[in-house]
Amino acid sequence: MCGIVGLLLKGESEHAALGALVVPMLSAMEERGPDSAGLAVFHDGASRRERRISLLAPDRACVWRALAATIDRQIGSLSMECHQNHAVVTAAIDPEALRAWLATHAPEVRMLGVGRSMDVYKDVGRASDVARRFRLGSVAGTHCVGHTRMATESEVSQMHAHPFSAGEDFCLVHNGSLSNPYMVRRSLEARGLRFETDNDSEAACRWIAWRLAEGDDIETALAAALRELDGFYTLLIGTSDGLTLVRDAFACKPAVVAETADYVAVASEFRALAHLPGIASADIFEPRPERVYTWTVERNA
Amino acid sequence: MDRRTERLASLDVRAVGVRHVNAWLHHEAPSDGVRRVELLNPDGLHNLAVGLDADIDLEIRGHAGYFVGGMNKQARITVHGNVGWSVAENIVSGTVRVRGNASQCAAASGRGGLVVIEGDASARCGISMKGCDIVVGGDVGHASAFMAQAGMLVVCGGAGLGLGDSLYEATIYVRGPIEGLGADAREEPLTAADVARVESLLRRAGFAHSGVEFKRIASARTLYHWHSELGHGAY
Repeated sequence: MCGIVGLLLKGESEHAALGALVVPMLSAMEERGPDSAGLAVFHDGASRRERRISLLAPDRACVWRALAATIDRQIGSLSMECHQNHAVVTAAIDPEALRAWLATHAPEVRMLGVGRSMDVYKDVGRASDVARRFRLGSVAGTHCVGHTRMATESEVSQMHAHPFSAGEDFCLVHNGSLSNPYMVRRSLEARGLRFETDNDSEAACRWIAWRLAEGDDIETALAAALRELDGFYTLLIGTSDGLTLVRDAFACKPAVVAETADYVAVASEFRALAHLPGIASADIFEPRPERVYTWTVERNA
Repeated sequence: MDRRTERLASLDVRAVGVRHVNAWLHHEAPSDGVRRVELLNPDGLHNLAVGLDADIDLEIRGHAGYFVGGMNKQARITVHGNVGWSVAENIVSGTVRVRGNASQCAAASGRGGLVVIEGDASARCGISMKGCDIVVGGDVGHASAFMAQAGMLVVCGGAGLGLGDSLYEATIYVRGPIEGLGADAREEPLTAADVARVESLLRRAGFAHSGVEFKRIASARTLYHWHSELGHGAY
């Protein structure tokens, strides 16, 4: 069992409230996934040149300032926001150059996500504790996807927590289990893709990201994923454009969607949505199996 | 009946919690002779009003979570909202009515009583039902009435794939389109007796449809016995 949540805010004036609205959603799904939790947040107003790079250190007392100063000297100038074992670097640098530099100079530091608009937070522990640790209640943004994990197939660790990310501005959370993750993984490794963990959801994440990199749009990629990924899943995907949801043919992993004029909210169970404003008059429905649902952020041109 | 028994008892689930609500419904409410109860702010919480065995009317004002009304005996429960998985699971008697939609496994394994979903019910509605009756105002999802053993599932809308897969002696009536029948389920001619029992159940559930608008789905009974095609007679 795991819990998934997603929230997309339609009005620009609401963006400051994203964290305040989503943290109770995440906490309500704590019982479905008590061992780890995570949230990927998408921001408005992405820079053309700069990348946002989410970093994780296994040591909560990581000396981010010293690391930032060294990166600044050797790779390029950056700004860094850090919360305990997480940091978000904003810099006009090549993320792959930073990845290579970290592998040599600070191999304990891992990259959780890269993009123009996405920050990824994840850690072991209860969702409410993880949210407090990273002050998720105060994050702003257009949309987000979150997850509470109850591990069934691979170890409990920071890197095994969801969301998983691949490529840029792409992340995935998964409730369910795949029965062919090693086949999927081997097919991608043969193409030169690298994995961070042995988690089945990472295989789904990298497979879909690979289809997008090959030129598929998200609907085409997920229609193909429904044929490729064998197992049980409700998948919720965040990109800079918005949220996408798909459930396997058996649909034995739950999902419920609530939509109002102000937001689209997705969760494993309704109790994660009960606190949202206007929920009493929301359009509430259960997404159908094998149908790809996409909700897009409206941005002023 | 004195005035006390006619009063409406109101509990705020958000304030007192599910355990308190259920303990009160199991013990205090019957011993105090309470006959009408409403639950406020159910907030999608699970296991509300599970295991009731009392002649009471219970109104749940809002959306309820998983297992609401499970194992119900006698009570008449109405949820003024949607419900999560396995509403009225293993219902024995009484009525559970959902004014909105139900998620998966509605009335799973129900042995008796009546379950009414006024909106849609999703996948596996009536799975392994063992004698309860179910009326769905809208559609049912895939694998509904899977291995259903006894009772009637009446669907006023359409049905998803795999309807009545591995069906035993329950009977399914569907008014709208059927995406696909499961193994061993087949459409059979609708008799006058079918029309009468469908209309009787629809009236109890508060629907006005004519019984002749429904298709009858029942078991072809070919899965009841082992059929070998290996030519064992030759041995």
